[in-house]
Amino acid sequence: MGNRLNFLGIHAEPSSRVRMLVGLLPLVVLICAYLTVSYYRLHANPRDKLTPSPGRMIEATKTMAFTKDQRTGTYLMLSDTVSSVKRIAMGLGSAALVGLVAGINMGMLPGIGATFLPIVTFFSIIPPLAILPILFILFGVGELGKVMLIFLGAVFIITRDMYYTSRTIPREQIVKALTLGASQFEVVYQVVLPQIMPRLLVAVRLSLGAAWLFLIASEAIASTDGLGYRIFLVRRYLAMDVIIPYVLWITCLGFVMDSVLKLLVSWKYPWFEAAGK
Amino acid sequence: MNCVANALEVGSTKALLHVEDVCKAYGPKVVLENIDLNVRQGELCTVVGPSGCGKSTLLRLILGQERPTSGKILIDGQPVGMPSPERGVVYQKYSLFPHLSVLENVVLGKKLSASFLERFKLRTHFVEEAKFYLDKMRLWDHRHKYPHELSGGMQQRVALAQALIMKPEILLMDEPFGALDPGTREHMQVFLLELWEDFGMTVFFVTHDLEEAVFLGTRILVLSQFYSDDRGPSFANRGARIVADYPLARSASSTVVKEQAEFGKLIQDIRREGFDPDYLQHVTSFNLRHSDSFQTLTQEEYDEANHR
Repeated sequence: MGNRLNFLGIHAEPSSRVRMLVGLLPLVVLICAYLTVSYYRLHANPRDKLTPSPGRMIEATKTMAFTKDQRTGTYLMLSDTVSSVKRIAMGLGSAALVGLVAGINMGMLPGIGATFLPIVTFFSIIPPLAILPILFILFGVGELGKVMLIFLGAVFIITRDMYYTSRTIPREQIVKALTLGASQFEVVYQVVLPQIMPRLLVAVRLSLGAAWLFLIASEAIASTDGLGYRIFLVRRYLAMDVIIPYVLWITCLGFVMDSVLKLLVSWKYPWFEAAGK
Repeated sequence: MNCVANALEVGSTKALLHVEDVCKAYGPKVVLENIDLNVRQGELCTVVGPSGCGKSTLLRLILGQERPTSGKILIDGQPVGMPSPERGVVYQKYSLFPHLSVLENVVLGKKLSASFLERFKLRTHFVEEAKFYLDKMRLWDHRHKYPHELSGGMQQRVALAQALIMKPEILLMDEPFGALDPGTREHMQVFLLELWEDFGMTVFFVTHDLEEAVFLGTRILVLSQFYSDDRGPSFANRGARIVADYPLARSASSTVVKEQAEFGKLIQDIRREGFDPDYLQHVTSFNLRHSDSFQTLTQEEYDEANHR
């Protein structure tokens, strides 16, 4: 059989170089397609706004990122990024903390678990965006409303994840800890907690996507700054030359957050991946 | 059950572990019934029986991980409660904490039983003590590794050190060498005997491997649901009982023993008594040869025994 056929078969063994090349291929094709479309559209109508040229986008990015805004006296992209990341950090951070404490206690203390698991499960199923109006009414359209949306969107899922994770700790280990003189409190916070910490970081990583969704949604509806706010603001002027760099920048931020959490797990908890097997 | 003090000997109160007329049922299913047992300080007591007969259940009852449906379990004359440091345990797996290094695993017990202030003050002291045990296990050089980086035999040695540093009155072992390959297993058996001699430990050792049990023990208990009593041969919901209890002569802690004829004969006897579903001894004629063994019998059984 020819080598070319092999690549599409189930026995294919692409080398790491081939992997990288073919992995980049779809992206390159996409960029080329955009550039082609953009070129021909601008050729036909130089004032076209829907497919700005790369040069135009760089110009716009320069204005947004490196020129002081005359009205506010700040670098807009920077201040947007700071306020958005702050909201995500506050929302997800508090959700992680509450989810960890609630989940571990529910998992380790059957009485607490029996009491709260049904209601947590119930709340985790409510689509957070559906209660966004309630949140804005309750907490106002300021920072609190937006942070609460991110918090509520993540906290129940993380709580359930921590609950199930702490339930997977073998009974033997808990008994073992008791025979080593641990109190109930120490079993929960010194034996189980450190073991589920890496899983918490994984849960936060998985919640990042949802958190960004809630952030942009709430910023789009009611805000005066933030990355989501900016995108929806300039949409009115069909400013694709700002929207596209902003979307790329958001993707970049998400990617960095994800990688940092991933690195943190493998750096702080080297036993986690291996011992999970 | 209507208990009457038995014909042989009433359980001596000097025993370190005293189990009297213990029953354990999960719902309608009876797993253990009428377990009577005295274990003296310094004994290496092995427990064998067919799979599913409740060996591990008995161990968990003594450990305090589960409670008996009826009957009493005393350690040093005190009823057992929740698991606590006077009863150490080594399981087949999950004995070690995966998130702690070897050294941290061994020191953990010391830390957990110390007050908050002592943890800082006595830290070097704890590590020295851990070094003593890890040296014994020939593991000091591996102290910074995590459990998943160790072989099965090494993991069980760490588990032993982790349990021994607490100086438990009795060490409970639940098939600790069950997952090891034959070579490592034999190695660990000899090693355990050395430790047992060095520290004068009292060990309660559950295994499904008859050879291992006979080789290691100073006493062997056979737990089985294959016996008969006055409830008739068709009675199905019988819990396991101790059907045989032999003292074992400790000749030499060498694996050569395993080839001796006497060794083989005893194993054959036990295999018949405990593992043969067709060989049913009556409760009054069990082979309870060990001087510490006793039985609580029902009135009818008691009469029958005296009648014989």
